[in-house]
Amino acid sequence: MRSSTSRSAAVLVAALATLTACGGGASNAGGAADATPVRGGNLDVAISVDSGCIDPQQVGNNDALNIGRQLVDSLTVQDLDGRIQPWLAQRWEVSPDATTFTFHLRPGVTFSDGTPVDAAAVKANLDGIVALGAKASLGSTYLQGYTGTQTPDAQTAVVTFSRPSAQFLQATSTMSLGLLSVPTATADPATRCTGATLVGSGPFVVGSYVKDDQTVLERRTGYDWAPTGAKHAGEAYLDTITYRVVPEAGVRTGSLRSHQIDATTGIASQDLPQFDGNGFWTQRRANPGIPYNFFPNESRAPFDDVRVRQALSKAIDREQLASLLNPGDEAVTSALSVSTPGAPDDAADLARDLAGANRLLDAAGWTRGADGIREKAGRRLTFTVLFWQPTSAVLELVQQQVREAGIDLQLKQGTTADTAAQQSSGDYDVLFYNLTRSDPDVLRTIFSTDTRNVNQRPRGAVDDLLAEQSSTTDATQRAQLVARASQLLVQEAHSIPLIELSTVIAASDDVHDLQFEGSSRLWIHDAWKQS
Amino acid sequence: MTGYVLRRLGQAVLVLWAAFTVTFVILYLLPSDPVSIMLAGGQGGEQSTADPAQVAALRAEHGLDDPLPEQYAHALWRTLHLDLGTSIQNGAPVTTLIGDAVPQTLALAAAASALALLLGVGTALAATAVRRAWLRTTLQALPPLGVSLPTFWVGLLLIQVFSFRVPVFPALGNEGLASLVLPAVTLAVPVSASIAQVLARSLRTALAEPYVETARAKGASRSRLHLRHALRNAAIPTLTLGGVIVGNLLAGAVVVETVFSRVGLGRLTVSAVNGQDIPLVQGLVLLAATVFVVTNLVVDLLHPLVDPRLRLVGGARAPRRRTRNAGDVEAERVLVGGAA
Repeated sequence: MRSSTSRSAAVLVAALATLTACGGGASNAGGAADATPVRGGNLDVAISVDSGCIDPQQVGNNDALNIGRQLVDSLTVQDLDGRIQPWLAQRWEVSPDATTFTFHLRPGVTFSDGTPVDAAAVKANLDGIVALGAKASLGSTYLQGYTGTQTPDAQTAVVTFSRPSAQFLQATSTMSLGLLSVPTATADPATRCTGATLVGSGPFVVGSYVKDDQTVLERRTGYDWAPTGAKHAGEAYLDTITYRVVPEAGVRTGSLRSHQIDATTGIASQDLPQFDGNGFWTQRRANPGIPYNFFPNESRAPFDDVRVRQALSKAIDREQLASLLNPGDEAVTSALSVSTPGAPDDAADLARDLAGANRLLDAAGWTRGADGIREKAGRRLTFTVLFWQPTSAVLELVQQQVREAGIDLQLKQGTTADTAAQQSSGDYDVLFYNLTRSDPDVLRTIFSTDTRNVNQRPRGAVDDLLAEQSSTTDATQRAQLVARASQLLVQEAHSIPLIELSTVIAASDDVHDLQFEGSSRLWIHDAWKQS
Repeated sequence: MTGYVLRRLGQAVLVLWAAFTVTFVILYLLPSDPVSIMLAGGQGGEQSTADPAQVAALRAEHGLDDPLPEQYAHALWRTLHLDLGTSIQNGAPVTTLIGDAVPQTLALAAAASALALLLGVGTALAATAVRRAWLRTTLQALPPLGVSLPTFWVGLLLIQVFSFRVPVFPALGNEGLASLVLPAVTLAVPVSASIAQVLARSLRTALAEPYVETARAKGASRSRLHLRHALRNAAIPTLTLGGVIVGNLLAGAVVVETVFSRVGLGRLTVSAVNGQDIPLVQGLVLLAATVFVVTNLVVDLLHPLVDPRLRLVGGARAPRRRTRNAGDVEAERVLVGGAA
C-alpha cells in the first residue's frame, strides 16, 4: 500500500492538511480473514441524501437502497461474479421461453413479526409492487409484463409473465423486489416510507427513522438464513447500524478521519487517498449496469449521421478519463460496466483514434473553421451536455479531448429537475447519465426502440438482439447475444461510454468484513467492529 | 389600538395570500415536475425506466395533470381549511413534516439570537465606548467583516477546528446541547454583526445629541450616559431590525443545518425545493410568511413601550406611518424567501 515515496508523501500532506492526528493501530484491511469476529457494537455509517423514504420497494436512491438491503431478504442472491444463487428460494425452474418462474422456498424462514415467508408472501409482494406502480420506481420496471403469481403450495410460488423476461431472475436478487411481510406489502405506501410498518425477514429490523437525521437498524434475533456466499449464516454480528445523513462531502471526510463515523461510501474521489492506509481502508467496485454514457439524439443533426457519432466516440481517450479519478483504474470496455454479468470486451472499438475521427468528420463534410471547430453549411459542430452529477472534472477532460477533433462540447451544470425536464421533453443533442443494474437487460430498457429509445432512432438490428436476449434463459447463449448487441451499440455509437461509476467503501481499520453485494451495494450482516 | 391591530391582521392575510400565489406560480414556471424528478432518482439516485402509463397514473394521483387554475383553486381551498396536503416525495402530511422540523430550528434560532444579541450589543457598546483610537477602529471594523463572511465557510472552519482537529464538539446531529454550540455560533455571526452595525451607528448619533451634552454637564458618569441615556434611544432602530433578523435566521438555517447535518426547517426546505415538492414548499413559505408578519407586528407594538414619545404625541399617527414601511419590508422578505 505504501509502495512509492511520492504516495506516502501525498498521504502525509493530506493528513497534515486536515490536521487530524490518529492513532496508528493495527492496519488490518477490511477483508482480513485471520481475525475472529467480535459480536456487538454499533456501526456509524454516513450517507449523503435522505429521500424521505426507507422502504426498499419504493426508493430509487442509492443511500436508501443501501439501508433497505439490510432489512429485506430476497428470493435469490447474486454473487460478485454475477451468478444467481439460492437465498429464500432453495431452487427454481425457468420455463424455456422465460415467461414462467417457479421458486421453491426455504422452509422455516419468518418475518420479524413472526409470520412465515411463504408463497402467499411472495404473491402479496409482487402484486403489491405492481400496485405501487411508478412509486416502486425500480421494482415496477422489473415486473413489466407480470401477469400473476400462483401458489400451488405454501413453499412454491409460480410467477408468470405475458412476455419473455429473462431479467426477472436477477431482479429477484435485488432489494427492490425484497420480501416484506404480508401486512407491510399491503400497507399504505406513505407509512411504509417512515419505517413504522416496515417488516422484513432481513438480518436487521428498523429501530427508528428520523428524516434528514438518522436511521437506526437493530439486529434481528434468531436470524439464521443468510444467503449463499455470506461468511456466516446466523445473526448479524453488530447490535445496531446507525445511518447518519451528512449532506456535506467535506464533513463526511472529516467525520471519518476524526472517527465520528466508522464507514461511508460518500467520500469524494479527491479525498480518497487520505484513507488509503494510516488507520483506514478503502475498497472500490464498479457499479454494474450502464456506465456514464453520452446518449446521442439520432432524430436530428448532427448526430443523425453515424459518422459524426463515431467520430465523437473515437475522439475520446477513455484511459485518460479513468486515470483522472483514480490512478490505475481500468477504462470502460463496453456498453456495459465491467462488473455486469456477461459484460463483453469491446475495448478495441473504444480505443482513441483521433486520425480516424478526423477522417470521418472530413468525409461527412465538416470542415475546420478559423477557430479549429468544424463547420458544415454554416452550422458549427457544437453540442451541449446538461448534467447534475459530480463529474465536472471528467466532462471537462472530454471537452478538451474532442476539441482536438474539431468538436465543440459545451457543458452546463444543472439540477436533477433540469435534467429530468430535458429528458421528458426529448429536446437534447446528448443525454448524460449512468444506470446501476446487475443484469445486461439494462441495455434493452435504455436503448431498445420498444422501451425508452434514448437515441430516438428508428428500429434496427440491435433491437432484435436485445429482444432475443430477454427471452433467452441459457446463460452462455444470452451472453453471446448481449455481446453482439453491445458491440453494435458501440460500433454504431448509439452508446458512447465514458467512464465507470464506482462505489468506494472507506472505513476505519476497526471495521471488518464490510463488503459489496452483487449490485455494488453494502452487505453488513457479516460486518463487525473491533471494540 | 384595536382598529390598528385589525388593519394589520387584514394586511397579514393579504401578504400570506400573495406569498402562496407567487410560490405557486414560480413552482409551475420551473421546468420539470415533482414526479419526473422523483423518477429521475433525485440526487444520488437511479434513473427509473417506469412504464409511461404508470407515470401518468402517478401524476394524476397528485392532480398534476389538472388544468392550472383548477390546481390553484384546489390548493387554495385546501389551505383555507388549514389542510396543507401531503408531500409528493413520500406521502407524509406536510404539517407532520414541518411540525417535526420546527423544534430543532427553533432551538437553533433561539440559541443563535441570544448569542447574537449578546455579541452584537456588546460589540456596539465597546466600539462606541472605548477611548483608544486603534481599538475603536478595530471594533468598528468587526460588524462589516461579520456580515461579509460566508456562513458556509464559517461553519466549515468551526467544524474543522473544534470538531475534527480538537474534538470538543460533535460535527453531526441534533443530540444534546453540545451539538447546538457550533451551529448557533455560526448562525450568530452574521446576525450579531448586523445588530452591532445598526446599534453602533445609532449610538454614535445619540451620543452627539444635545441631551447627552446636558446630562454630561449635570455630572452623569460615562457609563450612565452610555447605558441609561444613549442606549435607550439607540435601541429603537435596532428593534426595527427584528423582522430582518428573523429572516436572516431562517435563511441562515438552510446553510447551517446542511453544514452541521442537523434536522430542521432549512434542510426540509432544501429537499422540498430540489424535489419541487409543491405542497411542502408552499407549507414552508406560508410558515415563513406568518413568522415575518407576526414578528413585524410585535416589533411595531413594542415601539411605544420603548419610546415614550410614540405614546404621548400622535400615538396613532406615528405607527401608521411606520406600518407602511414594515409592510414593504415584509413583502420583500417573503418574495426573497419564496425564490430561495
